[in-house]
Amino acid sequence: MSIAPIVRTVQVKAPPGRAFELFATRMEDWWPKGRTIGKNPHVAIVVEPRTGGRWFERDAEGEETHWGKVLAWEPPGRLLLAWQISSQWSYDADLVTEVELTFTPADGGGTLVTLEHRDLERFGADAARHAELLGGGWPGFLAQFAQYTDAQLTDAQT
Amino acid sequence: MAYGTAAIEALGALGDPTRRAIFERLAARPSAVGALAAGLPVSRPAVSQHLRVLKEAGLVSETPEGTRRIYRLDPRGIAAMREWLDAHWSGALEAFKDFADEHAEEEKPE
Repeated sequence: MSIAPIVRTVQVKAPPGRAFELFATRMEDWWPKGRTIGKNPHVAIVVEPRTGGRWFERDAEGEETHWGKVLAWEPPGRLLLAWQISSQWSYDADLVTEVELTFTPADGGGTLVTLEHRDLERFGADAARHAELLGGGWPGFLAQFAQYTDAQLTDAQT
Repeated sequence: MAYGTAAIEALGALGDPTRRAIFERLAARPSAVGALAAGLPVSRPAVSQHLRVLKEAGLVSETPEGTRRIYRLDPRGIAAMREWLDAHWSGALEAFKDFADEHAEEEKPE
C-alpha cells in the first residue's frame, strides 16, 4: 500500500534557475526557525550541489547533523532529496523518503515550485520499529515536537 | 491534541514484538493471514488475533479478495506524521516564497 504523497506548490517571481539556486544553496536563509533537529541552533543548512551529495545542518561549533542526501541534482528544473528524518525526529540512515522539487516556468517570468514528499508509508514501519524502544511513538514525537518548538520560541524571544 | 486517542491505541498495539513484526511486514506488502503466518514463529490463529488488535487500533485494514482477506496498513494510523509534514511543508514553502521574492532580482542582468 502507499500513503498519498504530500504535494504543495508555490509560485515565485524568480525564473527557474534562480529559484532552484535560492532553494538549494540558501536554505538556512529561508528554512523556518525551530524546524531543525541539531542539538544547537543551526548556522547553515547545506545541500551539497551534486547527485550523491549530503543534506545536513551545521551549528556554530561546526558540528553536523544529517538530514538525508541528494538523489538527483538537476538544475534548473529538478531537485530530488532523500528525507531521512524519522518519526522520532532524528536522522535514520535506514529510512529513505523522497522529497522532489520541480521548478517550471510560470507566466510573467516566474517559477512554479512543486514539492512532493512521498514514500510516507515508510514512516509507519519506522515508527513501529521505534515505538517500544523509545517509549514514545507518535504521542511522544508530537509532545517532543511541541516542547521543542515552544523552547525555540522562548529562545527567540530572549 | 487531535490525534491523542488514536495514537495511544496505536502505540499500545505496537508494544508487542509479534504485532510489530506483522505491522512491518504489511508496510512492505499487503498480505493474507497465511502468508504472514508462514514467515513468523507463531500459529495462524495467533496471527489472526494480532491482526484483530492492529485493526482495532486503526493501524491495519482488511479487504476481501476472493476467499481470502488481504491485510494492509491503514493510512489513518500514520495520519499524525503526514499531517505534521503537510503543515511543515506549507510553512516552509511560504517562507521560501517570501525569501525568493525578496531576492528574485539579485542576479538578473538587467
